[in-house]
Amino acid sequence: MDYVKLALLGVVTLVAAIATNWARDLAFQVHAVLIMLIAGGMFVWVLRGIGEPAMKPVPNDVYHDGIIRAGVIATAFWGIAGFLVGTFIAFQLAFPALNFDWGQPFTNFGRLRPLHTSAVIFAFGGNALIATSFYVVQRTSAARLWGGNLGWFVFWGYQLFIVLAATGYVLGSTQSKEYAEPEWYVDIWLTIVWLAYLAVFMGTIFKRRERHIYVANWFFLAFIVTVAMLHVVNNLSVPVSIWGSKSVQVFSGVQDAMTQWWYGHNAVGFFLTAGFLGMMYYFVPKQAGRPIYSYKLSIIHFWALIFLYIWAGPHHLHYTALPDWASTLGMVFSIVLWMPSWGGMINGLMTLQGAWDKLRTDPILRMFVLSLGFYGMSTFEGPMMSIRAVNSLSHYTDWTIGHVHSGALGWNGMITFACLYFLTPRLWGRAQMYSIRAISWHFWLATLGIVLYAASMWVTGIMEGLMWREVDDQGFLVNSFADTVSAKFPMYVVRGLGGVLFLSGALVMVWNMFMTIRGADPATATVPHAQPAE
Amino acid sequence: MSDRKIDKETGVETTGHNWDGIEELNNPLPRWWLWTFYITIIWAIGYTIAYPAWPMISGATAGVMGYSTRAEVTEAIAAHEERNVDLVASLNQGDLNVIEAGSDLHRYATARGGAVFRAQCSQCHGAGAAGATGYPNLLDDAWLWGDYDATLASAGESIFMDNCAACHGEDARGNRMLGAPNLSDEIWLYGGDRDTLEYTVRNARFGVMPAWGQRLSEEDVRAVSIYVHALGGGE
Repeated sequence: MDYVKLALLGVVTLVAAIATNWARDLAFQVHAVLIMLIAGGMFVWVLRGIGEPAMKPVPNDVYHDGIIRAGVIATAFWGIAGFLVGTFIAFQLAFPALNFDWGQPFTNFGRLRPLHTSAVIFAFGGNALIATSFYVVQRTSAARLWGGNLGWFVFWGYQLFIVLAATGYVLGSTQSKEYAEPEWYVDIWLTIVWLAYLAVFMGTIFKRRERHIYVANWFFLAFIVTVAMLHVVNNLSVPVSIWGSKSVQVFSGVQDAMTQWWYGHNAVGFFLTAGFLGMMYYFVPKQAGRPIYSYKLSIIHFWALIFLYIWAGPHHLHYTALPDWASTLGMVFSIVLWMPSWGGMINGLMTLQGAWDKLRTDPILRMFVLSLGFYGMSTFEGPMMSIRAVNSLSHYTDWTIGHVHSGALGWNGMITFACLYFLTPRLWGRAQMYSIRAISWHFWLATLGIVLYAASMWVTGIMEGLMWREVDDQGFLVNSFADTVSAKFPMYVVRGLGGVLFLSGALVMVWNMFMTIRGADPATATVPHAQPAE
Repeated sequence: MSDRKIDKETGVETTGHNWDGIEELNNPLPRWWLWTFYITIIWAIGYTIAYPAWPMISGATAGVMGYSTRAEVTEAIAAHEERNVDLVASLNQGDLNVIEAGSDLHRYATARGGAVFRAQCSQCHGAGAAGATGYPNLLDDAWLWGDYDATLASAGESIFMDNCAACHGEDARGNRMLGAPNLSDEIWLYGGDRDTLEYTVRNARFGVMPAWGQRLSEEDVRAVSIYVHALGGGE
């Protein structure tokens, strides 16, 4: 086995070295060097380990929590990185001088923007999903993670994907598809990592010692399977050269646009909604200490959500070359999706029945409740914005940006923070977080930040939409594009300040996590063992 | 597994499942939730009958309302065009110089020219037409391709010495080595009257400004010429 690994790593190192030499562009060259160093380093490491006695297999009832600890730290790290870049580019929009002439083209808004979106969605959100799904699937299956070190491969493979994607953007390698910017070889790598993720997750479910599969795992599984499908189809492309990063999409024109938004909308639907609902279904009842409100509701809203979401993509392409019939269907499915989305919110909030008093004393539970509130708000706002008439005002304006952020900061951000506060003391064997007061501070900083962000973007979005469409009585446009840009300036500053508040809250969290992990008091809790529930 | 019990807090039965301490209540679907869901489905069916929606083997259902986004925008544009049909006709005829300031036609041309300017010209010349580096100020009635004004000319002398004399010479007699024209001989490649300005807008010089003649309609060219000319005071 070790010799197979050695041969494989040797070949990868060699090919990467050739690729470094023959690279057609800077991004590809830097990536080839990176891969050569990693594969070469692992080659030496495996070589030195040959002949060592094999490690004893770990018994099936001990949870594999090392990956989750790493995942918790990675989530916090990428979160800070993503929020920092986001806040910076928010100020770039208000003050274009921050694009820095001396830093061109690397510090340009156009290159930093995908860095921000990928860092928060895929690095912060993705690590949170991988870590929590591995935590939840082990506990609700009463089984150790399947596949041994394959789980570690998923973790480190995913970090490599993030680094390749992020450095690629800054060095100018992109296939110009929103949320799918990484080029062909990075896409192939992610596909391999993602299939390993699916295998680990499914393997653990197969060897579970509970009769039924818990609802959180349905959501996680739907997320993993669908994201694999979306990723592969949307990234179908032909490389111009195998020694260069540029590739050509197999779809073109409106077909390409439709494929892209089928992917883009379901990245929201399955990555940021279904996956995070999986988190919600485990951590909210745990933190509240209450049963899930309704088993029936969880079944019905799960299947309705999964069935309907996949058709809603065309609402991103109203009033374009997309035929009217597709645009109508996208809108109709989005509106029917409203109640299935709210099913998750109802099930989460009503789980607090009989535990509402805990909100006064437990800031972590308060974060969960707030995240569900924002989830409900953005899943109402989304269907509303998909209505053709509303979309003719809102499309291409900052309203869309505000909508995305009330969902991303409010729902995904808040629930991830709450999960990190839940997991940190448990994974490092502490009684509780180092400072409960600091959690309250984080809660209020983040909430104020989101309110400033969403409110300023509603104002500029609607103003901008109205200015663009304003015509005089003879039918002539009243405003130039530059007029709308200068009118938005004050709100852009407010949005930037909202970002500063949100980022400060996250920094308070990182400090709190660090102090908890370092631990003033020694670890007290024992290593958890898997016990099937009654 | 199936040990259903009654939850103390709410008095509702559980499903009897338990995962890592998490149980589920056997609550029914909330009525309001279910009925709102039904209503959206019924509305969806009605809406897809009314509007173009379902793909068929060739084409898609057109919807009983006869709606299409393209027809909608064509209609809106046609309504405006119909209202202004006489003004457009007179704008297309005759000499721009005879359009009287204050007349309906002049008001129309200025509004139309302003709209064209905001959409097509402001990117280079600025939203307020004050110009930028490499793009002339259109507000000062000093036209690159026409106009002679003694006061302005003397005011520009030092600017000329600093910027132009390098090629055109301190005495403005030009420089054949550089192909710089003689500027002191009253021989102009282009005239400086309104018609010349219109020609400038339409065809550009040296290809610095793109030619708009093929991209804008005849009315738009005429309208934006009047608008820009008026910006500078109307020489």
